[in-house]
Amino acid sequence: MMDATGRPQSLLLLGGTSEIGLAVADAWAEQAPGLRVVLAARPGERRDAAAARLEGRGCRVEVHDFDALDDGAHVRVVEKARAGGDVDVAVVAYGVLGDPERAWQDPEEAGRIARTNYTAPVLSGVALAAMVRAQGHGVVVALSSVASERPRRSNFVYGSSKAGMDAFYTGLGEALRPLGGRVLVVRPGFVRSRMTEGLDAAPLAVGPDEVARAVVDGVAAGREQVWVPRPLRPVMSTLRHLPRPVFRRLPL
Amino acid sequence: MSPGSPTALHGWGRTSPSVASVRTPTGAVEVAEAVRGAGDRGVLARGLGRSYGDPAQNAGGTVLDMTRHRGVRRLDVDAAVVEVEAGTSLDELLRVLLGVGLTLPVQPGTRQVSVGGAVAADVHGKNHHVAGSFGAHVRWLDLLTADGEVQRLRPDGPDPELFWGTVGGMGLTGVVLRAELSVRRVETSSVVVTSERHGDLGEVMDALTRLDHEAEYSVAWFDSISRGRGSGRGVVLSGHDARLEELPEADRGAPYAVPPPRSVAVPLVPPASLVNRLSGRAFNELWFRRAPRHPTTGVEHAFGFFQPLDGVASWNRLYGPRGLAQYQLAVPHDAAAVVPAVVAAVAASGHVSCLNVLKRFGPGTPSPLSFPLPGWTLALDLPVAAGLAGLLDRLDAMVLEAGGRVYLAKDSRTPAHHLAAMYPDLPRFAALRRRVDPEGRFASDLARRLGLLTPTPAREAYP
Repeated sequence: MMDATGRPQSLLLLGGTSEIGLAVADAWAEQAPGLRVVLAARPGERRDAAAARLEGRGCRVEVHDFDALDDGAHVRVVEKARAGGDVDVAVVAYGVLGDPERAWQDPEEAGRIARTNYTAPVLSGVALAAMVRAQGHGVVVALSSVASERPRRSNFVYGSSKAGMDAFYTGLGEALRPLGGRVLVVRPGFVRSRMTEGLDAAPLAVGPDEVARAVVDGVAAGREQVWVPRPLRPVMSTLRHLPRPVFRRLPL
Repeated sequence: MSPGSPTALHGWGRTSPSVASVRTPTGAVEVAEAVRGAGDRGVLARGLGRSYGDPAQNAGGTVLDMTRHRGVRRLDVDAAVVEVEAGTSLDELLRVLLGVGLTLPVQPGTRQVSVGGAVAADVHGKNHHVAGSFGAHVRWLDLLTADGEVQRLRPDGPDPELFWGTVGGMGLTGVVLRAELSVRRVETSSVVVTSERHGDLGEVMDALTRLDHEAEYSVAWFDSISRGRGSGRGVVLSGHDARLEELPEADRGAPYAVPPPRSVAVPLVPPASLVNRLSGRAFNELWFRRAPRHPTTGVEHAFGFFQPLDGVASWNRLYGPRGLAQYQLAVPHDAAAVVPAVVAAVAASGHVSCLNVLKRFGPGTPSPLSFPLPGWTLALDLPVAAGLAGLLDRLDAMVLEAGGRVYLAKDSRTPAHHLAAMYPDLPRFAALRRRVDPEGRFASDLARRLGLLTPTPAREAYP
């Protein structure tokens, strides 16, 4: 159960090797000794390293094989996580940026991005919704992106997939409210991570730790959406309403 | 009985709500039916929801609203005993009792508590040092256990283990249906109250220690914000049941008068807590200044003395959307130093508490989960805000070091791995649950959070 100050006792990371996801686990591990963390990820060295690191921080770690592109995997892995006790918080942490220029010209790349960033999160969300309904409580954290607010020419395949995902989880939050569940949609800007390696950092760039702090504080405060960093909200709100001819000329 | 609809439930602190299927049984048959039909998330009885945290919630399971199960069944004025349904509120019960010159031997800080809840939380009052807790005055109780059968339990048999495990057992042994209570004769419905102001915590504690032997009722309110010399300054209240000749002459014609059941209510939840540094400081200052500089004695209605907040319904809403956490600790006499250490830590933290209560406890009951122990008890009402978890963790460390504990009826955030140290009789409680509820039918959010449902109570310790 989540305690009155918003600390969970158990955490499920869908995308158990995600840098942001693991930073979130670290942040909660510090507050809640003995935190149970379920890592759902593809087996391999990265997952082993993640598990070892969290165990070193006093977490009780479980690992389960999970491939987001396997449609049946979502329900299976959520059920496995629940077998060990209630899941207080689940983080949908996987996603790909892909190669933006290839993405709108190569059906294979476009499909991979769309399935990983939209179809798979929808399947995860459906599985988590069933979990919340059965438990009578639970928080779902969805890692969206500022790119969902107004997709740009430079990576609109990614942006459009995040826009769909964002809309799905925003709606899921409404659906789960009367069932005791809560959804937190997180919209980070440019995050310095494996995903953005080699790219020039955008203004207001943050690290995974800052996103993690925003998630932990947002869950404790019962928020439904957070922007990381916070000033991105007015910035994106402005950009969203700019006329297209102006928007297209901006160096974004 | 209603088929059960998904309903969000929270405790008085309004933190950590969860959704359960709420059913409203009207008799033992319907309770038994609900208990036998409980699914894998279990079942739990709920009274008036005045526990601060999550003990009367059962996420994903069934919650039995027992408030229709009420009424006084038998009142023997000569023997001073009353038989009452478990869903009866103490308010309702006291109005009946006072009408015939009787009162409850133990009264908590609110009358909006059901008899079943008072047993399950083994509530205490301002006379704990002489009267003990609520469970000590239960002559028998009818408990519906996991098998759907009803057993009449007494403190001296046939199953004293189950009786005492139900007292303070937070509803996890079964559903209390009915109880017979020893009550007490009084000459009036008033209390003679003496109020003394003390400039620091040391004086407050000395006064309470002295009152152990002098007063029937004693309690102190202290300032949790002032630091330095005036740290822990406070107002000590002591009293006894007023005798007829102690009433003002005008009131002697109706010595058992009770105020009508009416109160003002906080209409809605403000967007942010109205209890903050500014208002908290003003409140603490005002409360202290309101008490006269020199000791004064006056006659007060018992309702105002025992339950001063009952006049404001839904006052918990003042704490805003994040709600409040109540922290109540008990430490043994030899650890009295924890009291000033806690007060100093809270004052230094910047978190504000307005309702700060200090009191001396007498001996506890044989219940494995009962809260009181001979020593000190201190309670704080803290608005939930960033950083509160860290402060309360630091208080936990002091309480554990002292061999003390926190009160489960008020808890909403104790880490599970502290429980075995706080409640050394936990293995006895777990063994009792295995015996009377082997399939784990009774469950609550509190029990899940604290690991009370796991078959082996010994918890691993984490660094």
